[in-house]
Amino acid sequence: MPEIDVRLVDVTKRFGPDVIAVDRINLEVRDGEFFSLLGPSGCGKTTTLRMIGGFEEPTSGLIELQGQDVTWLPPYRRNVNTVFQNYALFPHLSIYENVAFGLRRRRVPDREIRNRVTEMLQLVELPGYEKRRPSQLSGGQAQRVALARALINRPAVLLLDEPLGALDLKLRKQMQVELKRIQQEVGITFIYVTHDQEEAMTMSDRIAVMSAGHYEQLGTPEELYERPTTRFVAGFLGVSNMLRATRLGEDGAYALVEVVGGSRVRVPRDRFDGRVEVEVGVRPEKIRMLASDAEVPAQLNRLPGRVAHASYMGVSTQYIVQVADQADLTVYEQNVERTVEGSIHRQGEAVTLAWMPEHTFVIRDAGAATGAEPD
Amino acid sequence: MTAIARDLAPARPRPGARQRLAAWVDRWGLAVYTVAAVAYLLMPIAVMIAFSFNEQVGKFNYQWHAFSLAAWLNPFGRPGMESAIITSLQIAFISTLVATALGTLIAVSLTRYQFPGRSATNLFIFLPMATPEIVMGASLLTLFVNTAQAPFDAIIPKGLLFPLGFNTILIAHIMFNISYVVVTVKARMAGFDRRLEEAAMDLGANEWTTFWRVTFPLIFPGILAAALLAFSLSIDDFVVTNFTSGLTNTFPIWVWGSIRNSLPVQINVVGTMIFGAAVLLVLGSTLLQRRGH
Ligand SMILES: Nc1ncnc2c1ncn2[C@@H]1O[C@H](COP(=O)(O)OP(=O)(O)OP(=O)(O)O)[C@@H](O)[C@H]1O
Ligand SMILES: [Mg+2]
Repeated sequence: MPEIDVRLVDVTKRFGPDVIAVDRINLEVRDGEFFSLLGPSGCGKTTTLRMIGGFEEPTSGLIELQGQDVTWLPPYRRNVNTVFQNYALFPHLSIYENVAFGLRRRRVPDREIRNRVTEMLQLVELPGYEKRRPSQLSGGQAQRVALARALINRPAVLLLDEPLGALDLKLRKQMQVELKRIQQEVGITFIYVTHDQEEAMTMSDRIAVMSAGHYEQLGTPEELYERPTTRFVAGFLGVSNMLRATRLGEDGAYALVEVVGGSRVRVPRDRFDGRVEVEVGVRPEKIRMLASDAEVPAQLNRLPGRVAHASYMGVSTQYIVQVADQADLTVYEQNVERTVEGSIHRQGEAVTLAWMPEHTFVIRDAGAATGAEPD
Repeated sequence: MTAIARDLAPARPRPGARQRLAAWVDRWGLAVYTVAAVAYLLMPIAVMIAFSFNEQVGKFNYQWHAFSLAAWLNPFGRPGMESAIITSLQIAFISTLVATALGTLIAVSLTRYQFPGRSATNLFIFLPMATPEIVMGASLLTLFVNTAQAPFDAIIPKGLLFPLGFNTILIAHIMFNISYVVVTVKARMAGFDRRLEEAAMDLGANEWTTFWRVTFPLIFPGILAAALLAFSLSIDDFVVTNFTSGLTNTFPIWVWGSIRNSLPVQINVVGTMIFGAAVLLVLGSTLLQRRGH
């Protein structure tokens, strides 16, 4: 069992009587983990991070760092450091003094400071920048200085609030790789805030997907993508096809559900929680599209449909397939067998959609079966 | 008007006098205006400096006689003048120091914290600036005189606020200076990024260290500007000082007192010195700020 670095117990933050920025969050972040808080604007990511950093006091709840209750400690008495979204480098100090700031506060001897600053600037690939001022740096360089300034203190946890938000796409991708490398090199726990799902997916060990002050689901990127348990997560991470479903019975390790047009599909039984009216989903790239009269292996789920629309996207083709004149399903097909002349499947063509039962996920949030329009 | 004139010009064989005038104004108007405005501003100062080199003939330095360095060689050579200047400098110095310290703290807390009465404080801070000086002077006089009467005379030590003198001038100057300092420093605080302070605390600096290492250096130009303003307001204040000075002379009070029977050249000399010092201070602070950025 890995050690818990950060623990949030029932943490709530209100601003005034009306705004609940964070609503009873419980989190455990493990030692050495790259943990992301992912969610749309205004969902409470920054507020959560600021409470861990000590810049905001929770209205109620408990925050622990390495087993110590720090809920009421000021930022300077917590063994965490922060990389701010706008970097917040001290404009009146040189890069050297910016990076050395934390060590000076702890009265580390000059000689050691010099060594560690040099070493840090090497780690973030900015050697020789000691004498510059923050105003003389590019966005990417400023970002790396902010990282060095935080990491030099060897905190137990590093908090990062959309650290790449201000960078252009190319630099962003480069810095994602760099950040991940640095995190693995120093072995410090990272708590990373972003609203970019791709960024969270590629970098994180685990992600908490947040919405309106709480998190909807917490897990590895793979778990979240392959088995989202709420509509929000299914829609926020990539594209999903959702179908209203009624549970009929069992079939070995599977549950049997009825979906649009009376078709039956199988879903692994352990993904159910006992409700009868649910919503099931499947990712577009998991679906295979076959001619309507083709032989389909018996273990696959299948649905008859008609191609409503096909759009060429280079590496793949996106089809919109109408099922039982009701639901539109999105299907991605790799353009491996595509002919030079055009789509394998044409508009209006009758097809059979087939996918493995294991690729079917079940939405658990309350009311899912009522407001459900397929995406 | 000028644009129309220019558009029409090619149609005519030769531009008329009016068109030429319009073109000239178009081209040189701003420059002439600027030179005239600056000359207007500098004229009294130029006269003051020029007449500091006048030869003293009779009691009043109103007419040019001959070039002389006599006054410059003996700048404080008038009875009571030296002590008045020293008093002025002392009051300006102390009131600047106190008002800058208090005013800066007020400005920081007004921009930083939400507390009951904050907007009221914001308003009250403006009042001394908005009140006519003569009203303020009169009311201060009333206040100070009353401290010598029952029931206040029982609490307030004798001689502290009455009879009037150094203490009362100082208190009055600190009071109006605070307003100017608060307003000046607040303007600087408005553009201040709070996250810099959070970053400092994040890196282990407590509130005290954060203020001295981050907040103070960053708002220092504003504080310096405020201090210069306070100093210059104090050193040449007349109205409020006149009400609160009693028998003590500051330099402006002394000038006013002596002007009734004489206007010595030395007044121009000291005026020129004060002007020179002010110019040096402003130049110095500008250079300092340039280096900081
Ligand atoms: N100081 C504050 N006073 C009042 N409301 C606040 C304050 N800070 C945040 N909020 C509110 O709390 C909610 C959560 O804000 P937060 O900054 O945590 O969102 P976020 O997830 O970081 O969003 P973004 O991606 O836009 O940065 C928002 O509705 C916001 O308006
Ligand atoms: Mg945010």
